Amino acid sequence: MNDDDNVYAALTEDNDARWAFGTGFSDPLAGVEMAPAGEDLAAYCLMLGDDALIMSQRLQEWVARAPELEDEVALANIGLDLLGQARVLLARTGRDEDDLAYRRAAAEFRNVRLAELPNGDFAHLVVRLLVFSTWRLALLDRLAASADPTLAAIAAKGVKEVAYHRDYAARWTVRLGDGTDESHRRMRRALDELWPYVPELFVADPVESEPFAVDPASLRDEFDQVIAHVLETATLPIPDVAGDPAPRGTHTSALEPLLEEMQSVARAFPEATW
Amino acid sequence: MSPSAFEDVIARDQRIEPRDEMPDAYRKTMVRQIAQHAHSEIIGMQPEGYWITRAPSLRRKAILLAKVQDEAGHGLYLYAAAETLGVDRADLTQRLIDGRQKYSSIFNYPTLSYADVGVIGWLVDGAAICNQVPLCRSSYGPYARAMIRVCKEESFHQRQGYELLMTMVRGTAAQRAAVQDAVDRWWWPSLMMFGPPDADSPNTARSMAWKIKRHTNDELRQRFVDMTVPQAEFLGVTLPDPELRWNAGRGHHDFGTPDWDELKRVISGDGPCNAERVANRRRAHEEGAWVREAATAHARKKGAAA
Repeated sequence: MNDDDNVYAALTEDNDARWAFGTGFSDPLAGVEMAPAGEDLAAYCLMLGDDALIMSQRLQEWVARAPELEDEVALANIGLDLLGQARVLLARTGRDEDDLAYRRAAAEFRNVRLAELPNGDFAHLVVRLLVFSTWRLALLDRLAASADPTLAAIAAKGVKEVAYHRDYAARWTVRLGDGTDESHRRMRRALDELWPYVPELFVADPVESEPFAVDPASLRDEFDQVIAHVLETATLPIPDVAGDPAPRGTHTSALEPLLEEMQSVARAFPEATW
Repeated sequence: MSPSAFEDVIARDQRIEPRDEMPDAYRKTMVRQIAQHAHSEIIGMQPEGYWITRAPSLRRKAILLAKVQDEAGHGLYLYAAAETLGVDRADLTQRLIDGRQKYSSIFNYPTLSYADVGVIGWLVDGAAICNQVPLCRSSYGPYARAMIRVCKEESFHQRQGYELLMTMVRGTAAQRAAVQDAVDRWWWPSLMMFGPPDADSPNTARSMAWKIKRHTNDELRQRFVDMTVPQAEFLGVTLPDPELRWNAGRGHHDFGTPDWDELKRVISGDGPCNAERVANRRRAHEEGAWVREAATAHARKKGAAA
C-alpha cells in the first residue's frame, strides 16, 4: 500500500484554518495581554460570557435536529462562535472558565432569561436568535470602543460573528413570515412567546455604568429599528405583548435542568482532568 | 464516450466525470456507495451529538461541536457528489428513513460515557481514515475530490480523540477505567467497519476492477490493526483480543475473528440502536417539513415578483 502513504502523511499537517477557534490544543487567549480584571469588570465579563454560554448550550441541543443540512452546519457554527465568545469573556474575569461553567449553581449565573428558555420549534429558534443577535450585535459594536482594550478586542471579533448570526436569523424570519400560512402562524406564536423577554435586555445593571461597559438602554433604538424592518419585510406584526423588565440574575425554572445536563459529566468525575 | 472509452479511462487511471458515459451498473454502484457514505456522516452525528451538551470542559465542548459540524458538512458535499449522478438529496434522505438505504454499521452501537467520544475519534475515525484515504484516488472524480477534504478533517477528528484519551488515562482511576471500558466495547465493531471478509464480499472484485475500491476489506483491516496496536500500547490500554500478537514471519499482527453474525444482524437492522438512529433522523426530517415548504413557498413568491 505504499502508493497511499504520501497521501496519508499529508493528512497529519498541523495548520488547517478550518479548525474552529478555541478548539486547538493551545490557550485561546495566548498572546493577548491582559491587565488584571477589577471586581466590576469581572462581573461585567461574567454577564456577557454567561449570555453566550447559555445561548450556545441551547443551540447545541439543535444538533442533528435541524430542518436541512445547511442549517445543521449554520447552527453549529453559531453555537461555536458563541461558545468561543463565552470562553474569552469568562477568561477575562480572571477565573478558570471551567470552574465558572461547571461549578456554579443556577442562582450564580448572570445570563438573561431569553438565553435559557427551553427550545421550541424552528420558528422559536429563529425568533430567539433574531432578538438575541440584534441586541448583542448592537452591544458588541459599541463595546469595541471599550476602555478595557482586551474587552474591546473581544467585542471587535464578536461583531463579525454576530453580524452573521443576525443575518441568518433575519433571512429565516423573512422566509418563514412570508412563507406558508403555517410558517406565518408559527412565527407569530414564537414572537408572542418570546416578546415578554425583550425588556430585560435593556435594563441596566449597576456595573453597566462603568467606562468599560455599554449602557444597554442606549441600544434600544437600534434594536427597535432593525426588528421593525425585518418584521415588516417578513409581513409579521410587532407583538403587542407586555414584557417583564427583570434585573440580571433573575431566572426561569428552565436554567436548573439545563445546568444539570451541562455539568453532569464534570460532576460525575470529581478531580478529573479533561 | 463508448463503453470501451470508459474502460480506457479506467485503465489509464484517470477519472470518470459526471457527463462521461458510464455503465449503468457503475452508476448504480457509485450512487449506492456515496449515498451510504453520506448517510453515515449524518447518522454518525447522533452518537457523539448526545455528548455535546454534556462535555466536561468548555474546550472539549468546542472540539466536539466542531467535529459534529464537520460531519454535517461531509454529508452535504457527499450528497452533492451523489447528485452529480442524477439523484437528489431529498430522495436519498427518504430512502434512508424508509430503511431502503444503509449506513455504516458502527453507528448502531450506543455511546455510554464521555470516554466513548475519545474512542470513537481514535478507533472509528481511524478505521474510517484507513478506508477513505485510498478513496481519494477512486475512479469517480467528484467522489475522489470530496474524499480528499473529508480525510483531512477526519485526521483532526482522530487526533482529538486520541488526545482526549491520553488526557483521561493520565487522570483519575475512574477515567482510566472508563477508557478501557470504551475500548472493550468499540474494538470489535471497529474491525467490522471494513466489511465482511473478502471471501464473503461479492462486490469487491468488480469495485476493484472499476478502481472504485483500491484495496480489499481484509487488507484494510490488517492495515488498521497494525497501525492501532502500537497506539494502544502507548496509551496503556488493552485491546480485547487474546489472539492478537505480532507475527514476524508475516510482518503483520495476527488477530482474532470478529463475530460476523453480529455484523450481519447489525447491517440487517437488528443492532442495538438501529431503530433509535433512524427514528431520530426521521423525526428531524418530518419536523422540518413545514420549514422546507415555507422556504420553497417564499422563493416562489420572490420568483413571481421578480
